[in-house]
Amino acid sequence: MSSYEARFKVWRGDAQGGGLEDFTVEVNDGEVVLDIIHRLQATQAPDLAVRWNCKAGKCGSCSAEINGRPRLMCMTRMSVFTREETITVTPLRTFPVMRDLVTDVGFNYTKAREVPAFVPPAGLGPGEYRMMQEDVDRSQEFRKCIECFLCQDVCHVVRDHEENKKAYAGPRFLMRIAELDMHPLDAAAETGLDRKRTAQDDHGLGYCNITKCCTEVCPEGIKITDNALIPLKERTVDRKYDPLVWLGSKIRRRSSPA
Amino acid sequence: MSVVDRQEWDVVVVGAGGAGLRAAIEARERGARTAVICKSLFGKAHTVMAEGGIAAAMGNVNEHDNWQVHFRDTLRGGKFLNQWRMAELHAKEAPDRVWELETWGALFDRTKDGKISQRNFGGHEYPRLAHVGDRTGLELIRTLQQKIVSLQQEDHRETGDYESRLKVFQECTVTRILKDGERVSGVFAYERETGRFFVLQAPSVVIATGGIGKSFKVTSNSWEYTGDGHALALLAGAPLLNMEFVQFHPTGMIWPPSVKGILVTESVRGDGGVLRNSEGKRFMFDYVPDVFKEKYAETEDEADRWYDDPDHNRRPPELLPRDEVARAINSEVKEGRGSPHGGVFLDVSTRMPAEVVRRRLPSMYHQFKELADVDITAEPMEVGPTCHYVMGGIAVDSDTAAARGVPGLFAAGEVAGGMHGSNRLGGNSLSDLLVFGRRAGWHAAEYAQGLTQDRPPVGDAQVDAAAAEALRPFSAEAEDVAGPPENPYTLHQELQQTMNDLVGIIRREGEMEQALKKLAELRVRARRAGVEGHRQFNPGWHLALDLRNMLLVSECVARAALERTESRGGHTREDHPSMDRAWRRLNLLCRLSDPTGSLAATDPVRGQISLAPETTDPIRPDLLALFEKEELVKYLTEEELYE
Ligand SMILES: Cc1cc2nc3c(=O)[nH]c(=O)nc-3n(C[C@H](O)[C@H](O)[C@H](O)COP(=O)(O)OP(=O)(O)OC[C@H]3O[C@@H](n4cnc5c(N)ncnc54)[C@H](O)[C@@H]3O)c2cc1C
Ligand code: SF4
Ligand code: SF4
Ligand code: FES
Repeated sequence: MSSYEARFKVWRGDAQGGGLEDFTVEVNDGEVVLDIIHRLQATQAPDLAVRWNCKAGKCGSCSAEINGRPRLMCMTRMSVFTREETITVTPLRTFPVMRDLVTDVGFNYTKAREVPAFVPPAGLGPGEYRMMQEDVDRSQEFRKCIECFLCQDVCHVVRDHEENKKAYAGPRFLMRIAELDMHPLDAAAETGLDRKRTAQDDHGLGYCNITKCCTEVCPEGIKITDNALIPLKERTVDRKYDPLVWLGSKIRRRSSPA
Repeated sequence: MSVVDRQEWDVVVVGAGGAGLRAAIEARERGARTAVICKSLFGKAHTVMAEGGIAAAMGNVNEHDNWQVHFRDTLRGGKFLNQWRMAELHAKEAPDRVWELETWGALFDRTKDGKISQRNFGGHEYPRLAHVGDRTGLELIRTLQQKIVSLQQEDHRETGDYESRLKVFQECTVTRILKDGERVSGVFAYERETGRFFVLQAPSVVIATGGIGKSFKVTSNSWEYTGDGHALALLAGAPLLNMEFVQFHPTGMIWPPSVKGILVTESVRGDGGVLRNSEGKRFMFDYVPDVFKEKYAETEDEADRWYDDPDHNRRPPELLPRDEVARAINSEVKEGRGSPHGGVFLDVSTRMPAEVVRRRLPSMYHQFKELADVDITAEPMEVGPTCHYVMGGIAVDSDTAAARGVPGLFAAGEVAGGMHGSNRLGGNSLSDLLVFGRRAGWHAAEYAQGLTQDRPPVGDAQVDAAAAEALRPFSAEAEDVAGPPENPYTLHQELQQTMNDLVGIIRREGEMEQALKKLAELRVRARRAGVEGHRQFNPGWHLALDLRNMLLVSECVARAALERTESRGGHTREDHPSMDRAWRRLNLLCRLSDPTGSLAATDPVRGQISLAPETTDPIRPDLLALFEKEELVKYLTEEELYE
């Protein structure tokens, strides 16, 4: 087992301002960046603020930017860096800093509330739902999302454009719309809610120009752009130009084995 | 000093895991204005980590399954110490609670005929766990979170305010339950971001804070698991039950050191993974205890046939209840047949094609690849026991989830005791959260609604005392003569080491006495835990406050474990290795020695906790009749059998 001293730069400060602070800190075999942050807390900076929870890549709390790239601190092995490298840890840039590595991610909770919820189908009681695995695969892929908000952080539509935040839900919540739209039993359409159109009209789908940066940072490996955003766009286009195409696809889906 | 902000609610739920969210949904749907408080962000509670599934006898995969079989398995798993009425309600109501999730948008894995798929798990006779790959907890949390959002959307349509009837206070920590005489009157909390104090007044408080694992060094639990709810209840005068029973999950990661303790889900074994020692032997065949002999295969061939033909073969011993498997691993390692890093091998690579491993166990594949550079489709994992779950908890009424002796206090989820007896079966927690979360929310709402005219007030003195207690770490140096302030991180590490080494998986009288001494010392030192900086998002301060809770709960575990002179489920005594039928009817209740709840006066030697044994109600005859007589004689005393 081999230990070494690594050089770290960690952003410290609050809403009023702050800057990078230098640390030299011990690193042991197999450790991740979050271990090092914890060691700093225990030995050098007891009030260093950081969010974490599961330390197993499951809760999406420990998001930060490591050498400028949005990542989960608990899933970033120290072995991906050389021993000579100085490692810089900064808070997510798209959201306002609260303190040190902790940002105010309230934007995401606001957006979550604006997406209309699942509409249960009339006439089917609990225990009567029948869905085929192949029909739920796609929505299940999107439900792997751990809400780390790394995709929201990286998306250029809001990353440096505070003014777009009001009109734009961001990849995570556009994907949520796609998820509900592809849910085999969602009855939104029956109540007059057209999810595809709301993606375009209310949640800013049009801002996305499919750069795929969101997909690249997703720690769950969800193909956000290819599987959620592009289909949502295509179907929005379909629907706008040819309602029959849309209707056809809807009917076909409904008559698959029930 | 009472400039603390106050708000009024009908029901306050402390905790936003499965139990807390289910309670909040129920209370709000029954018309109570409901507030939820949680330490982390909404949607990130510990429940999110659950992997394997939710146990519910829906009978989708094996039609022979029903609530009676589930009830039997639960009692066997808990070695008959379970609060049987809870186990009964749980087995009966779990299917409805799972189906209801589908109507809120959950997407479970499906069977061929489009129903919810169910998988095998240790101690469950039939495939019973509804699941989504190995991320079932995430699905559960997200579904409940989205249901809460949908209720808020409803409220928004009606009142113009999302939070008029149901509000989540995220990243806030409750440090005291407030009372007016006997009755609950609210909670005292601080906002983690700002350090600001506030009070939520309410006649009903539901505690749903989860477990205690962070008092142990090697654990699968997250930072939230500092036993807060257990301690809050004790301080409010409610007793805890069965605290000696702590579950060590047999399979945690052991290498590299920084990931030691992270869970390797039981589904690995449920889906065909086997345990081997350094000699390549499937050692579990040597560890099937007498009470389970008829149910488990004796040869590898029979065990392997079981996966395809469970009706004509007995199950592999790798699927024994967790306490058995954890002890077996412990013995193998001790006898020198362990793996290089001090565990045993868990192998799926020789059992199924790589493709199947990646599909069935995606997050395990990911976890080992990312954190340990191990490709589980090509080589075995190294695993060992890790502190996972506490069976003990707040003593509650089975039907209403009301805590004993404190009107207005309710508890559900891991923080509540009784349901799982001496050992919990995998999958039975998530179902427990839903069944009893709902019941707690229901009865909390009903109780609050019965008190519209006569709400217990919150007195200023209590609020001031709570504020002073919370601020203490900032002035630790100034107050004390005994020496310099203590570093809370150091105290925490010493506590974890103590519990791990002295009150861990195998227990001995002398070691537990030593642990109690060490806890007394830590308690004295913890009063001098000092912190730097200010109140704004200061983790050192948060930890200093959590220490009070961990110390209280650890003392409960150590005292009760020392008292129980037998081995049963999650409590193994090297000096009392067998199960004793006379102990089955006895519960150990932990109470605060000084009932005023002020911890300052407690004696460092005698400690803060007193124990009282209590004889439990006899199991209802129709429930006993579900078992064969031959099985009952292994658990019940002669006189109980005659009754
Ligand atoms: C890795 C892992 C895998 C598991 N897999 C399974 C499985 O497959 N099946 C199964 O049935 N069980 C499983 N379990 C067990 C199960 O996940 C837990 O027992 C269960 O999730 C506990 O839920 P809960 O609602 O009681 O509490 P939690 O989900 O832990 O929530 C506790 C809540 O209380 C809040 N809280 C705590 N203290 C305070 C305070 N002082 N003030 C305010 N808020 C507070 C927390 O912030 C949190 O919101 C697993 C456990 C682990 C660790
Ligand atoms: S693909 Fe769209 S959503 Fe994703 S980062 Fe690019 S612009 Fe943003
Ligand atoms: S989609 Fe991926 S990156 Fe975005 S919040 Fe979810 S898990 Fe994180
Ligand atoms: S701490 Fe949960 S994802 Fe990193």
